[in-house]
Amino acid sequence: MKGRLFRSLPAALVAFLAASAVWAEEIGDAEAGAQVFKKCTGCHQVGKDAVDKVGPHLNGIFGRAAAAHADYRYSDSMVRAGNDGMIWTAETLDAYLENPRALVSKTRMSFRGLKDPADRANILAYLRSFSDNPSDFPEAEPTALATDHDIDPAILALEGDPEYGEYLASECLTCHRSDGTSDGIPSITLWPTGDFVVAMHAYKRKLRPHPVMQMMAGRLNDEEIAALAAYFKDLE
Amino acid sequence: MKLNRRLFIGTGAAATATLAAPTVFAAGHGKPRVVVVGGGAGGATAARYIAKDSKGEIDVMLIEPSRMYYTCFFSNLYIGGVKEIDDLGHSYGTLAASGVNVVHDWAVGVDRDAKTVALAGGGSVPYDKLILSPGIDFVDGAVEGWDLSAQNAMPHAYKGGSQTELLKAKIAAMPEGGIFAMVAPPNPFRCPPGPYERVSMVAHYLKANNPTAKIIVADPKDKFSKMALFQEGWGAHYNGMIDWIGSDFGGGNVSVDPNAMTVTIDGEVTKVDACNVIPAMKAGRIAELAGVTDGNWAPVNAVDMSTKADADVYVLGDASEQGDMPKSGFSANSQAKVCANAVRGALTGSKVFPAKFSNTCWSLLDTDDGVKVGATYEATDEKIAKVDGFISATGESAELRKATYEESEGWYAGITADMFG
Repeated sequence: MKGRLFRSLPAALVAFLAASAVWAEEIGDAEAGAQVFKKCTGCHQVGKDAVDKVGPHLNGIFGRAAAAHADYRYSDSMVRAGNDGMIWTAETLDAYLENPRALVSKTRMSFRGLKDPADRANILAYLRSFSDNPSDFPEAEPTALATDHDIDPAILALEGDPEYGEYLASECLTCHRSDGTSDGIPSITLWPTGDFVVAMHAYKRKLRPHPVMQMMAGRLNDEEIAALAAYFKDLE
Repeated sequence: MKLNRRLFIGTGAAATATLAAPTVFAAGHGKPRVVVVGGGAGGATAARYIAKDSKGEIDVMLIEPSRMYYTCFFSNLYIGGVKEIDDLGHSYGTLAASGVNVVHDWAVGVDRDAKTVALAGGGSVPYDKLILSPGIDFVDGAVEGWDLSAQNAMPHAYKGGSQTELLKAKIAAMPEGGIFAMVAPPNPFRCPPGPYERVSMVAHYLKANNPTAKIIVADPKDKFSKMALFQEGWGAHYNGMIDWIGSDFGGGNVSVDPNAMTVTIDGEVTKVDACNVIPAMKAGRIAELAGVTDGNWAPVNAVDMSTKADADVYVLGDASEQGDMPKSGFSANSQAKVCANAVRGALTGSKVFPAKFSNTCWSLLDTDDGVKVGATYEATDEKIAKVDGFISATGESAELRKATYEESEGWYAGITADMFG
């Protein structure tokens, strides 16, 4: 599976290797990150006297579980991610900043994402400075690599075969409801195909925490994910 | 015969062949006929999917004696007082309304040459493809002193419905400080974590209603599914209440006396107040009558669940011998979809996609303390083979355990909707 993905993504592979080599030495520029963070200050505060506004304050975000800040009311999706064991690390924060819905489908953070890896690295360096022990992060985390999470546009552009999707979907429908009910297990019907595809790839790459979904997504290839997205987008 | 657009796109040559000569598939009569025996997680799912996806091109008959289906999965939660019995009951009415011909009768024989199934109510029904999903029966003489005539004194409660209610009533009637005994089954058996979830739920009930009561488990095995998780949970929630006696300590050397209400484990006789005997299992009897079993189970081809004995007879779920999948409702449901896709392809020329299987089993240890184990599988020439898997970890947070339990409730609603529509 990995081989497949990489064969189809030589440019991304090169970028990945180059970026990870750089990351090992420098995390990002916190001062530059303070500038980029201005995009966030409409909703988030960080630093001394920071309080929750539209979004939660971000002091001590590194190493914390998702939705763990007691006084803030998170979306159900974010609570679910936290319960599933998602921890905010350099890697998950990087993926979330790049495309929030790739990591948490129904997040209330309506933000298009930061596409420039350098911007993300700088913001992470800035946020990290508001941790109790900044030096613990991210050097202490073996996963702290500036991975290229972004999905190849060619994968997003794949036209799924809805008939194959219907067959594959029968496996999803043992747990997920075809009528879109979401008690205990989230609804996956009527999703925009892009959201569906990035979410499944996030499971496949184990950025999202749920073990059943990591396993189920793990054996689906790009065409199969596209087929499922094509089927579920119209299922009512 | 009506050809829809999807069929055309999907199949090209095969669809053209169907148009030209539909009788090739239906063996000389009108519509192709599928008979499904057994309306559980395998049979109900297969019947529903074939009827739904063939859009009237295939006649689907489901033969099932019960008017209501009581799931075996989640029955332990009823015993624990977490669910009501009505939560477990499902009518076949929705299947009938979606085009499945539901016949409430017993299948008592299969003539594979004539391709007919005999019914207890008289007469027989013809098939082009026969899908058997009869679940389990018990091996005669598996537990010394126990046979089916003893199931009222010592219930197995390993088929859903009245037996489950009986066992719960017996537990509720135990005197203060009484003893509940379970005789656990040898491998392979339906629902590998089932006996141990049941122990947890019995303990849950007793802790609240009869806290000085004791639980003894005589087990012919030395390990079992999710063992570390169960043992951690038993220690945390029911410390000192449960005595599990594995094979190393004579747990397999057991006899019972249903009249005296005694259990003898490795020579030691104990008077008990409620006793749950779960004997060794075999395929539901119709599989044996059809002549597709080899030993206790029916060997099948992984690619489509057809039997090794007869390409037109399929066996799903617990009754099948397929390889690595555990005998579970989830597995049966998963196998049913692969089978339905293959059967429909064989009868109408619709596109047949590669077999993919999966399973997840949730177990409840105590209120809001759920755990799970699961795996994905693929078809190889020899068997259904495991690809990947996971299991809950010991020491997980209470939030995660609660989320896992809530997920299991979501799954229950999902799979029953998937079976019955």
